[in-house]
This record gives sequence, C-alpha cells and structure tokens, in this order.
Amino acid sequence: MNIVVCVKQVPDTTEVKINMETGTLIRAGVPSIINPYDHFALAAALELKKKHNFKVTALSMGPPQAKSVVQMAMALGADEGVLLSDMAFAGSDTWATSYALAKAIKKIGKTDMVFCGMQAIDGDTAQTGPGVAQQLGMAQITFCESVEVDGRRIIARRLIDGGHETVEAKAPVTLTMIMDREYVARYPSFPAVHGSLKKPFHVWSAADIGAEDQYLGLKGSPTQVNKIYPPAQKEKAAMFSGSGQEGARKILEIMRGEHFIE
Amino acid sequence: MIEVSKKCIGCSKCVPVCPFAAVSMSDKKAVMNEACTLCGACVQVCPVQAITITREEASARDLTGYKGVWVYVELSETDGGGAAKAGPRKIRKVVLELLSAGRRLADELGEDLCAVLLTDKNHSYEKELGPYGADKIYMVEHDELFEYNTDIFSTVIVSLVNRHKPSVILYGASIQGRDLAPRVASTLYVGLTADCTALAIKDGLLLQSRPAFGGNIMADILSPNSRPQMATVRPNVMKINEPVHGRSALVVRETAKLDRSLRRVKVLERSMAGDTGTVRIESADIIVSGGRGMKSKERFKQLEELSGLLGGVVGASRAAVDLGFKEKHHQVGQSGTTVSPKLYLAFGISGAVQHIVGMKASDVIVAVNKDPNAPIFNVARYGIVGDAHEIVPKLIEALKGK
Repeated sequence: MNIVVCVKQVPDTTEVKINMETGTLIRAGVPSIINPYDHFALAAALELKKKHNFKVTALSMGPPQAKSVVQMAMALGADEGVLLSDMAFAGSDTWATSYALAKAIKKIGKTDMVFCGMQAIDGDTAQTGPGVAQQLGMAQITFCESVEVDGRRIIARRLIDGGHETVEAKAPVTLTMIMDREYVARYPSFPAVHGSLKKPFHVWSAADIGAEDQYLGLKGSPTQVNKIYPPAQKEKAAMFSGSGQEGARKILEIMRGEHFIE
Repeated sequence: MIEVSKKCIGCSKCVPVCPFAAVSMSDKKAVMNEACTLCGACVQVCPVQAITITREEASARDLTGYKGVWVYVELSETDGGGAAKAGPRKIRKVVLELLSAGRRLADELGEDLCAVLLTDKNHSYEKELGPYGADKIYMVEHDELFEYNTDIFSTVIVSLVNRHKPSVILYGASIQGRDLAPRVASTLYVGLTADCTALAIKDGLLLQSRPAFGGNIMADILSPNSRPQMATVRPNVMKINEPVHGRSALVVRETAKLDRSLRRVKVLERSMAGDTGTVRIESADIIVSGGRGMKSKERFKQLEELSGLLGGVVGASRAAVDLGFKEKHHQVGQSGTTVSPKLYLAFGISGAVQHIVGMKASDVIVAVNKDPNAPIFNVARYGIVGDAHEIVPKLIEALKGK
C-alpha cells in the first residue's frame, strides 16, 4: 500500500507568551516544530510501513523553510518528501488547504491511506483531514488512537464523545490521529538525517499540482479573518495570602459565601 | 493579495506582531512570505498605512434565498455498535446550548430557528427542542440513521441544505460535530469556523469568534461569499436559556434515499465510558483541579478526597497528566476537556494558556498558588497565595469536622 502523511510546521504554541500591555504575541525564541499530532500520525504510518513494507510519502504545505519538517519525516523513515510552496497558497483556509493537499496527493499517485494529525496546534480546527478525504472521495476515520491493516481492511480504534469505537473500512481511507498519551516523540539521529538527504524530495508549485487559481489562497477560501485581537482579561482576582490554616479558612469562607457549602 | 507600498518606512513594527512569523525586513521594507494568512495584524500596527490587503472576490455566487438558522441535533451514542439497537439515544446538552445561541441569532436576522434531527426512531425529541427555541424541526427518520456515520449523515445534511437553503448551520464542536461539519463544508464549498466561543450578527453576516494559536489570540471570522455560513461551537460555553414549557416546534418530515452501501466505515464495537466508571468532568458542577504544583501522585490523591467531600470531580492540568498524577480523561484545557462548572478550585496550577482556555468560563474560580504572579490569578475570582500542600489537608480536616 501507499501511504501519504500530511505534516505541518507550526510554532510551538505552548512556548508562546502574550504581551499583556500591547496584546501582541511574544514570538521571540519560539521554536518551529512539527505539529505534534502529525508527528504521532507519522509514527503510526511508519509502524505500518515496518510491518507491511508500505511506502510512505511525507507531504507538507508552507513557506520554503517548512522543508525541515518534511526532511525530518524522511529522516524518521518516510521514503519520499513533497513540499507545496507557492505564494498562491498564502491565506488559504482549511478548504483551500485541503484542496491543494488533495491535488498534490493525486499527483503523488495511487494512495491507499492518508494520515493526518487530528488538528494542528496553531489553528486547532481539525478540518483539513476531513476536507482532504472529501476532496479525494475517500472515507474518513477521524480521532483515531491506533490503526491496523489486514489486506485491504483498515481497522481503527477511535475516540467518540464519551467513549471509544472500533471501526473498519476498505482502503482507500483518510485517517486523522489523536495523540497517545504514552507515546514519546521520536527524533532522528544525525546519521539518519544525513541519510535522508539522498531520498527523493520535491517542491511543487500550484501549477505543478494543476491547482486552479480560483480555489487557492484568500480568493479560494470561504472563511476570512475579520480581526485578530488578544483574549479579554477578566477583572483582577481578590487576593489573599497566609498560612495553610488561614488559606483553608479563607477558602471555606469563600465557598460558604458563594453557597457551595453550608 | 497583501502589498507593501513605497510608504513603508522600514520601522519593522509589523515584524513582531505577525502571529505566523511571515513578515521580515528586506532592503528596509517589509516583505511577507508564504506563511502569511492575510490576517491583517500587520495592517493594524503600520504607522503609515503602507500595508494593504486586497480581497479579490471569488466568482460571485448567488446568495439570495438562503434563510434560517439551523442547529444540528446531535444524539448521544449507545453501547454496542453494528446493528445493536439499545435504548433511546439522548439529545446532547450542547444542542440546547446551540438552540439558545441560535435563537438570539435568528431573532436578530428575523429568520426561523430550525433543528435538524436525523434518527431511526423518533423518541419525541421534538418535545424537547421546542421549549428551547426551535421554530421548526426538519426530521429525517430512516433505519440507516440508527447511529452516527460520516458518509450517511453528511449525505443527508447536504441534501437538506440544497433543498432548503439555510443561511447558518451550527454544530457542537464535539467529536461528532467535528467529524461531520468539515465533510459537509468541503462538499458544499462553504466556510466553516471551528470551535467558536462567541457568535454574533454583523451587517447580516455571522461573526464567529474563536481562540487560535493555543488560545493566545482571538480571531473573528466571516464567511461572506458562501452559504450556509457554518460553525462548530465549543460545548459548555453558551448559556442555556430557560425552557418555555408548552412552546412547540413545527415538525417537517423529510425523506432521504439511503442504503447500506453508503456506509463505508462500519462500527465493529463501541464502549461508552459510563461503563467503566469514568467521570464526566464536562458536566460537573464542582471541579477540584491540580497541577504540577501538587508535586506527586500521592499528594494529588488528596484532591480526590477533597473533591469527594464537596461532591465534585477531579480535574488536572496537562502538566499533571504528563507527570502521571492523573489520567488523561481528567485533563482540563485545550488538549483536554473544556469545562464550565459552578466552582473551579485550582491547586498548584500556574495557568498556562492551554489550561486557561479550557476552564475560564467557570462561574467561580478559586486559585491557590505559591507564586503571586501566576497567570491563573488573571482569570480567578479569588486568589490565595499559599502552599497547596498545607491548605488541602486543612480543608479536608475542616470539611470532615463539620
């Protein structure tokens, strides 16, 4: 089988701080990383590659420096890498992004499984995976914890509201992966990085994938950002400090005052 | 298109404000790279109005005739799966939140609020939907709708949209809603905004507010050129209106041509957490939550005792979960569960943004932290600067002594 894994380069949002006075992001020193959910999705795909000898292609869309996440995916074991990079993609929302990724997957060739992280930590939309699935006419299995393959059958354990499901579908399928809490992200060794430089890597433009201009970038995006602003701050808390005994007494007093206890 | 005119004085004020690191200086002039999302943050800070974003209109689509605010009625699943037909499914709480929010939007637009109900058997769901504000219920009854399925449900929703042309559709930002809505949006080529925390009408358009960037910024999103305007809405954020007893909705029965072959993904097995005794923090009234500051799993256990005495449920920050103090399904925050209890007690939680976005809607927040500058105090109503290890045992003692 042929697998495509979609990976996105994101700023590490857990490292981002906000300047309370100006309401702007303090980005200095914030590293760019591979989206953690994509990292896990890649690991799941590489596991299947190891077991069944599948071919894995890593696909990303972004500025030229996003090459590094594709490179890392190859160093971790992906056979081939593709980066979509073109100013025509700038301003793409999830619809336009899904369109471009689906076009690229068609160009990559016959694909049996597409893996995506359930969402990216900079946007948190969780819309691109299902969008790619729809554009490719594939069935989708979202919020998966684990995936197994038996011939053409794909069996996944996925999260649902308030529980879990085990589902099956026939390839081709697009899967989006949640992160297993037990999973520790693997990083490539230096020789692996070096070795990956010999693997096939392509940078494709909008024209290369035959994407129609009207569906790309801002023009092709049904959603538009109207405004960006810092989250509202609440009023200052009523502060109190003291010993353990005093602190406990204060909390009891608050809970009584707010009628949580008698 | 984003353009920087000759007016640019090279002050580089726009460089640090870009959330996407897309602006840099070249030849003392701002330039944008492919990471630019055209969000306009740079336009707002430019002192000389040198940056302009021109929105080239997509080929004009006919938007006339799209009317009505729709709410997707999500039903809870039951154990089993496959053809198992367990007891009646329940309307999920988020649906009532959406009806309450949708009612306000519909009134402002002067349009109907319609619930969209897909089910195999109607267990008088309409009696529950009317009192919360629905004017009309589009109901599709079909054997193939016995459980949620992406292909089948998206097919039905798409055909209903094509038939009735709503202007807005709201879905819960639950797992089901986040599976269904993007599939529908992709098929219809319409705008979808994920995980909204506020909705309003602006110049006749749906203004959708959502946190992005791990909750570090808020973004207002519009979908001006396509209909319906679709949004998933974060559960536990919108307040539920008092039901108006006796208020009823008009039931409009719709048909759908469905057969088994549409169902490409089949459920082999399903287990609901209720079975295994898992707590549901999203519906708790009192949450006693702990973070890294609890220091150890043993000490974290004291929070369970405290929460038991208060009739609450234990929550945990991501740090506490990562350190193994508590299981993942207790995690509150961006990558865990969003909660809005009446009382949220936070012990030893510093208040990383990713935690705060998941609990700030709580009615009363009491935070205990050793660091008087901990960001958790920015969202708390009451802040106690002190040692959680000393306070928690004293609280337990006092509550037991009552």
